[in-house]
Amino acid sequence: MRSLDRKLIRDLGQLKGQVLTICLVVASGVAVFIAMQTAYRSILLTKDAYYASHRFADIFAYARRVPDSIEPQIRDIPGVAQVQTRLLSRVRIPLTGSDHAATGQIVSLPDHGRPALNDVFIRVGRLPEPGRNDECLLLESFAQSHHLAPGDALSVVLNGRIRELRVVGLALSPEYVFAFGGDVMSYEPGSFAVFWMRKAAIEAGFQLQGAFNNVVLRLQGGASKDEVIDHLDTILEPFGGFGAFGRDKQPSHHFVTSELDGLRMQTIIIPFIFLSVAAFLVNVVLARLVQLQRSQIAALKALGYSDSSVGLHYLKLVTLIIGIGSVLGVALGTWLGGLLMGIYKDYFLFPSFEHRLDPEVLLIAVLISLVSAVAGAAFSLRGIIRLPPAAAMQPEAPASYKTSSLDWLTSWMGVLARMVFRELRRRPGRLLLSTMGLSMAVAILVIGRFAIDSIDYLMDVQFERAMREDVSVGFREPLPARVVDSLRAMPGVHQAEGLRTVPVKLTKGAAARELVINGMPVDGSLRVLLNQQGEKVRIPMGGLLLTDLLAEKMGVVAGDLVELQPQQGERRKRQVLVAGTVSDMLGMQGYMQLDALRELMGEDPMVSTVLLSVDPGALPELRRRLYDMPAVALVQEPAAARRLFDEQQGGAMLAMTLVLVFFACVIAVGIVYNNARVALSMRSRDLASMRVIGFTRGEISMVLLGELTIQVLLAMPIGMYLGTLAGDALLSSDPENFRMPAVVSNLTYVFAGLVTAAAGLFSALLVRRKLDRLDLIGVLKTRE
Amino acid sequence: MDKVLSARDITKVYRMGEVDVYALRGVSLALGAGELVALVGASGSGKSTLLNIMGGLDIPSAGSIRYRDHDLSSASEAELTRYRREHVGFVFQFYNLIPSLTARENVALVTEIAEDPMRPEDALELVGLGTRLDHFPAQLSGGEQQRVAIARAVAKRPDILLCDEPTGALDFHTGVKVLEVIETINRELGTTTALITHNAPIAKMANRVVTLVDGLIASDESNAELTPAKDIRW
Repeated sequence: MRSLDRKLIRDLGQLKGQVLTICLVVASGVAVFIAMQTAYRSILLTKDAYYASHRFADIFAYARRVPDSIEPQIRDIPGVAQVQTRLLSRVRIPLTGSDHAATGQIVSLPDHGRPALNDVFIRVGRLPEPGRNDECLLLESFAQSHHLAPGDALSVVLNGRIRELRVVGLALSPEYVFAFGGDVMSYEPGSFAVFWMRKAAIEAGFQLQGAFNNVVLRLQGGASKDEVIDHLDTILEPFGGFGAFGRDKQPSHHFVTSELDGLRMQTIIIPFIFLSVAAFLVNVVLARLVQLQRSQIAALKALGYSDSSVGLHYLKLVTLIIGIGSVLGVALGTWLGGLLMGIYKDYFLFPSFEHRLDPEVLLIAVLISLVSAVAGAAFSLRGIIRLPPAAAMQPEAPASYKTSSLDWLTSWMGVLARMVFRELRRRPGRLLLSTMGLSMAVAILVIGRFAIDSIDYLMDVQFERAMREDVSVGFREPLPARVVDSLRAMPGVHQAEGLRTVPVKLTKGAAARELVINGMPVDGSLRVLLNQQGEKVRIPMGGLLLTDLLAEKMGVVAGDLVELQPQQGERRKRQVLVAGTVSDMLGMQGYMQLDALRELMGEDPMVSTVLLSVDPGALPELRRRLYDMPAVALVQEPAAARRLFDEQQGGAMLAMTLVLVFFACVIAVGIVYNNARVALSMRSRDLASMRVIGFTRGEISMVLLGELTIQVLLAMPIGMYLGTLAGDALLSSDPENFRMPAVVSNLTYVFAGLVTAAAGLFSALLVRRKLDRLDLIGVLKTRE
Repeated sequence: MDKVLSARDITKVYRMGEVDVYALRGVSLALGAGELVALVGASGSGKSTLLNIMGGLDIPSAGSIRYRDHDLSSASEAELTRYRREHVGFVFQFYNLIPSLTARENVALVTEIAEDPMRPEDALELVGLGTRLDHFPAQLSGGEQQRVAIARAVAKRPDILLCDEPTGALDFHTGVKVLEVIETINRELGTTTALITHNAPIAKMANRVVTLVDGLIASDESNAELTPAKDIRW
């Protein structure tokens, strides 16, 4: 080994505290990047391969009853490659020993062979045999939750009648990667089942002989999705078509992709924070090392080492530190990625779910960390290369301090505080970067807790204040308003109110948007429209109230006339007055008074959902009866959903908080410790002189640590602000679906502040120990 | 006599903090092959600046400096580096050893980049440290550290040895030992040597004594009789 390399290794040993803290920061950044990127890529690849191999459809449509004879017309739509017609129906699964029934969906398989589209993957067992009317394939995750296996029997309630089914296999399908019964909030593995059965076995029960109520299509390459959808809607309209939609609106796909989008976004933000902190630390530590080794650098140059070889020597040092951090990060990231995949495995159902370690990702991670470190080192390296050896032989000229007009501010503080302030003022860049770095630690904590706070707030507002009903009953299609009366008449029901929702296409000039218009009763008390501040909003008479973001995007203001075309039932275009805008929390919506909407639609009073206020004792029986009504698509209980959500969040929240606390501590300790070490070594001569003069340890600690305290204190408000800003950006990545209000609880701010302060204190104490052992004579004896 | 190094009308201005310092104000000096020249003068008289310029560590603000037929005053940084690497050995008052390297490794630092170097062990043997090869600077006395620095300087078999107050930080006894080493190298290897010193007696071992005052050469005298280093007292 060359002597210069030996020096390098020994220098690393000398700097071990700092090397360790920088390595940890780099490792965290690399680990998060690798974990998230590999999870993201693995899921994406798995999903795409699964979709392709199991022919996941591009377009989906539901209708009431379409005769089989219509199928050729669908096939003939230009741009359609494949068609699969199916029967779909909701079923209830009475679970023994539980008030709550699981819900499920029966999906028909062609009478022979496999489906042309949305094919099933059979984990164990076989397809139902044609002619065996009780055989079914069961969704694997449901079977696992309820300990069911091929050969087991299971009863379901279909159209009010109990049917015994025999499980012959466990299966998955690309349609149910995320399998939920229509309500993400109350998702729970094992609460939703899918049964695949031969068409002949169920058409009688569905009263759909010779017909279908669902069709899925695959497009030819280059075909226009919108044109095919329009075409399909026209064909299905006479048969009660509910409006076809593309893959982007397919619930499972939509959920999976928005989850992936969120993951990708975090893949960028979080590692960026770590690597900028790493760059900063490299900068601080290297700058100090250069200062300490000034005469060594000069000696090397005097001995005949070229500027570039001396520069390279220090670059090697930085590279080695980053290298160690990267290796650690790769190991940690691989492990974390596995953990992350484990979490997704519980939610996303794929035939195989493998955590693929893409070498490209590893390479990118290492490269990014190297680039950021070199960027951090650039300034010092330039200094090393440019250092004139003759000047470096001389002791450095004393740092120049100046008095300033601001001195009166510190005049009352005494000389120690003035030293602290002059030091801060002399290196404003260092102060700025340190403060920014520390504020990142605070920000990371706020970002993490922010999501939790906002969801909490949203849940509070939505579940406690907006949704005041005990039960909401959603129908498969709108029903005459008298259904409200019949539900009100059920045992235990105190109050019942109907809502009407109409999916529409809204047009204003060239701008067009699809959205849902909610018709709400004027005197209703069970469902209240609230704005982002949680205040009650009144819907103006006669007109349409639009989400402000939507109005802005479409260039619509109050008083404008817009064109509205329902996507269900009679699709005639109508004009409606925009009466105002509201900043609500639920994305792109429209609101009208129920009667005004009915008038606009030109229909008899209809409702899509009925809200009930119910005597708690009567709930189980009511639930059972509602599930058995064929017209009912969804029964939701806000209170139960809230409870379930809180339960599921509890564990995840704790895990997330722990991970974030770890990361924030890595950053805070990294910065405070390194700054303190650097300050100590730069100023040990001053501090020793002060001790010789008669200052106490506590007093000289104050000079050193006062600076750090100020950095930490300054970083807190900045970090809290940045965290709130970044959290806001993360949450509003999909404002069209969900607009979360920017809410950060005081607890979060206190928490972020305390964790950062504790990490700072810990690192300060580490350095304080060194300060206590300062060798007074030794420091003063050596040449500066 | 064959001139190895010659300086003509050298001026050097430094900017120290916020003031301009005239270190040299037009100095002309030549070193002959195998000569041992002592540079004496008060603090701030410009001795170190002159030495640094002769060693290619610095360039003059005005005037010219030549090593044999190479013009150092207009040389690029790379050329100066090559000049130092191939021809010059430096010894400093504060040794400037790398604290994280042992004596042997400190010398190896030079032998690894020199063209026809001695073995580090031989160089250390030459300065009487053959038994202290694997000691770190912190484990060596000041005199020993300075001898390692000299070993490091001569291990490349330089044409010119430049010593800036090599005994400045040493007590009398160790100082003499160091001077003996320098003397041996000058006499036995024939290395042209320039030596800065504060101490008039030390100058008696030199062929010539050049006195600087306030950035100018006040006198340049040859010693008729050389005092061996071992007999020097101060």
